[in-house]
Amino acid sequence: MHEDQPPGWAVETRGLVKTYGKVEAVRGIDLTVRPGEVFGFLGPNGAGKSTTISILCTLIEPTGGQALVGGIDVVRDPGSVRARIGLVFQDTTLDDQLTARENLEFHAFLYDVPRSERRRRIDRVLEMVELGERAGSLVRTFSGGMKRRLEIARGILHSPYVLFLDEPTLGLDPQTRNRIWEYLHDLRRREGITIFMTTHYMDEAELCDRIAIIDHGRIVALGSPGELKGMVGGDVVTLRTRDDRGAAEEIGRRFGLEPLLDSGGLRLEVEDGASFVPRLLRELSVSVDTVTLSRPSLDDVFLKLTGHAIRDEEVGARDRMRAMAGRWRGARGRG
Amino acid sequence: MEGSAEAIAIRLGRTAVDTRRASILAVYVIWKRDVIRYWRDRVRLVGALAQPLLFLVILGTGLASALRGAGGLGGLDYQQFMYPGIIGMAVLFTSVFSAMSIVWDREFGFLREVLVAPIDRSAVAIGKALGGATQATVQGLVLLVLAPLVGVRLTPLAVLELIGLIFCLSFALTSVGVAVAARMESMMGFQFVVNFMVQPAFFLSGAMFPLTGLPGWMAVLTRLDPLAYGVDPIRRVALGAGGLPGPLLDRLSLTIAGEPVAIWVEVVVLVAFGLAALSAAIWSFRRRA
Ligand SMILES: Nc1ncnc2c1ncn2[C@@H]1O[C@H](COP(=O)(O)OP(=O)(O)OP(=O)(O)O)[C@@H](O)[C@H]1O
Ligand SMILES: [Mg+2]
Repeated sequence: MHEDQPPGWAVETRGLVKTYGKVEAVRGIDLTVRPGEVFGFLGPNGAGKSTTISILCTLIEPTGGQALVGGIDVVRDPGSVRARIGLVFQDTTLDDQLTARENLEFHAFLYDVPRSERRRRIDRVLEMVELGERAGSLVRTFSGGMKRRLEIARGILHSPYVLFLDEPTLGLDPQTRNRIWEYLHDLRRREGITIFMTTHYMDEAELCDRIAIIDHGRIVALGSPGELKGMVGGDVVTLRTRDDRGAAEEIGRRFGLEPLLDSGGLRLEVEDGASFVPRLLRELSVSVDTVTLSRPSLDDVFLKLTGHAIRDEEVGARDRMRAMAGRWRGARGRG
Repeated sequence: MEGSAEAIAIRLGRTAVDTRRASILAVYVIWKRDVIRYWRDRVRLVGALAQPLLFLVILGTGLASALRGAGGLGGLDYQQFMYPGIIGMAVLFTSVFSAMSIVWDREFGFLREVLVAPIDRSAVAIGKALGGATQATVQGLVLLVLAPLVGVRLTPLAVLELIGLIFCLSFALTSVGVAVAARMESMMGFQFVVNFMVQPAFFLSGAMFPLTGLPGWMAVLTRLDPLAYGVDPIRRVALGAGGLPGPLLDRLSLTIAGEPVAIWVEVVVLVAFGLAALSAAIWSFRRRA
């Protein structure tokens, strides 16, 4: 897609390690990101996501291992790496005493955006994140979502080769999160930019081309959302019947499966749910009230790989509520 | 859209940034940001005028009355003596506060936007030093309007000389501030800096009393204070323009080994001091993330 793109991986790490005294924040990370893909870095609080991003962006030096961005070593030539990346930090780094436009102008100078293009590009990114009308307002008067959008606009202003985003949607309402995702996909489509982002929202990870799941400083799985969910093994079928106990016994006998019986009904894991459900309905003698066929979620993957749910630890009540609301909405949507 | 001239131009624009050019632009834009913020913060502008006025009017009047009874400064009015010192004070405080905004930027994250940019870190130190120096110079120059109030008459030539002197002093003090701020982790250290650096620098500078006939230890300390090399030439130019006799001025001025220090020497000291501090600041910024 790009003539000027360096060959090989957009991002590559080998045995990346970072320790703070006794704390092992990153414990040997190997990953590769393809040019032009949206790569998600998924993990719970304290997993080492921000630390990894900081190493890749040359803000901290690794204790061990190697990291390359666009084929350039982040330790040996940090200047060249900085010249090719954009970064949206986890915490805001805007100057809230300046206007939106002034923040972008500041950035344009730091990245030597050609004088002739400065204004046009600033207008373009402002328009893209729908802040054109607020360009002259002090950032102090912006909402959290507006600041986030402005930071994303700033991150792409100099057309970086790789855009790093650390939790770009944390704490934003679903509507704003959706819009930010639209921008990111639009960017990738239009400019073929490589996007490396961290998140601990499962539903967001689904929107990435590939995901690395990180837990306690280690990558526990890496692949497309589909591939990762494949690790759980097939689909999940949930049944409600007149006689759940009897149905469970009959399914075990007839199909050789081990149904799980809980308050939600009967849960079955099958290879190919779409063809299994009609067969089940045809052959089962117990009458069925409802059938739900669902794909395993990344939550299931995370649970299976690490033995704990991603949201278990150190998650604020606010986030937990939001996650529950999301799951509820998701379940309802599928049902 | 994909194939449009604009999209292609933007794609081709994705060549690596020229670090040297970006660094020079960074000095400019870091300076500009400081100036914009200073200009926007009118309250600070006015507030910075209030404190010197308080010193001049209340402390100046009180001490002038007391000293007149005690024989005074050989015919020089104390308020007039103090006036250049107050300019030095305004410059000192403005320099330090603007340099300390680096620590603020670190706490509020903005500094990272600069540190991840493809520029040489020296640009941060230089831009900040120039930004602070500009603010302090303006702040010092604003005080020139008070000259008639204390009976100091300034000629246009004196004003030009004062602009140069005040800028050199501002640059030296801001550079020291930037060098200190570059190493500070949080605002916690700020009070320490004020108590152990800013206030002693002010008291030892000759702003409030002549640096003659002091006990040996204190005389040595005053000669190590960069502010002393700023207050003295400002005083000589401001009061000299007002027609104060040379011998009286010489008697009040900064001496080393009994000899009055020439103004050009003082300027050299200030500039050298500023450059040394700036080098230290650059070193700190290059070393840390
Ligand atoms: N400067 C530091 N000094 C000491 N420990 C640190 C430092 N920075 C990070 N850590 C530790 O390293 C681990 C990983 O932190 P990191 O910020 O990378 O996590 P994260 O995955 O980004 O989490 P979150 O989702 O909360 O942002 C944590 O245990 C953290 O306490
Ligand atoms: Mg983080």
